[in-house]
Amino acid sequence: MNERRNNFIEGIRSEIPLLLGVFPFGMIYGALALNAGLSNAAAQMMSSIVFAGSAQFVTAQLVKDITPGLVIILTIAVVNLRHVLYSASLAPHLKDLSLRWKVLLSYLLTDEAYAPSVLYYEKEGSSEYKHWFLFGAGISLWTTWQISTAIGIFLGAAIPESWSLDFALPLTFIAMLVPVLKKQPMVAAALSAGITALLAYSLPFKLGLILAALVGIVVGTMLEGSKSTKAAQ
Amino acid sequence: MNIWLVMVLGGLITFGMRFSFIFLFGRFEVPETMRRALHYVPPAVLSAIIFPELLIRNGSFDITLDNTRLLAGIVAIVTAWYSRSTLLTILIGMAALFLIQWIL
Repeated sequence: MNERRNNFIEGIRSEIPLLLGVFPFGMIYGALALNAGLSNAAAQMMSSIVFAGSAQFVTAQLVKDITPGLVIILTIAVVNLRHVLYSASLAPHLKDLSLRWKVLLSYLLTDEAYAPSVLYYEKEGSSEYKHWFLFGAGISLWTTWQISTAIGIFLGAAIPESWSLDFALPLTFIAMLVPVLKKQPMVAAALSAGITALLAYSLPFKLGLILAALVGIVVGTMLEGSKSTKAAQ
Repeated sequence: MNIWLVMVLGGLITFGMRFSFIFLFGRFEVPETMRRALHYVPPAVLSAIIFPELLIRNGSFDITLDNTRLLAGIVAIVTAWYSRSTLLTILIGMAALFLIQWIL
């Protein structure tokens, strides 16, 4: 019992520094989702139904641009694809748990819950209750995300339309994009996707977005591949 | 499509991806190419949104000085590069947009 609690508290503690960054992010999401035309209820529920920061920002942007639902769903899938990796990486540590635990922990498996948990699991080895660590990290993030979304919706409703708050969405994407542009293949992926998005802008159903994302991913992957084969020779 | 249906399906897909290997442990491995490709999802998707947002105004390509969002966007890119801070990038980008709209 004690070890259970210790793991749980340790999980929450490891999450606290991340929560400080998540809180304003959740508020910005809430305000922008409202600005993009989502209702209060939809903006709030997206934080619990989808529960994935960047996908929620992207969805808000696409709703604002009146994108067909199917394209939005496809985009959410592409943006969240990385969670398959987290799932694969944590799977060996969670394999003996009941189905109920697996479902709960999968639902809570975000970037911010994954990062401290995988570090802890690799260090800690085998405690019978180490899933309580992931639960502690995940549930504290979940709670923070719901509350900060609610505050953002509340504040967002008070911001006048003349403030062009909608511009904060592309600004958020710029803030996410620029720091990853460290290596050549990353820059190539970004440029090729951006240029494709411009060229394919007039495609129906906003399909240009999906096409551009795929072009960027293929270009980046191929460039990295050709580099590593050259290095190996 | 109704926004609620979009959210529920988007949420189910997201959950499915989080649940995938935890549920199927031991039966599949993530292929190396996919592992590598996933690194490029963020820059690709984000640029695919940012480029048209900054460079297309009212349905057509616009790289003139009248395009206030492009100018403010460039200020934000420089801010993000040096500060690496989300909050600062948004604040300075918004301030730049106000200022540029006020000047022009």
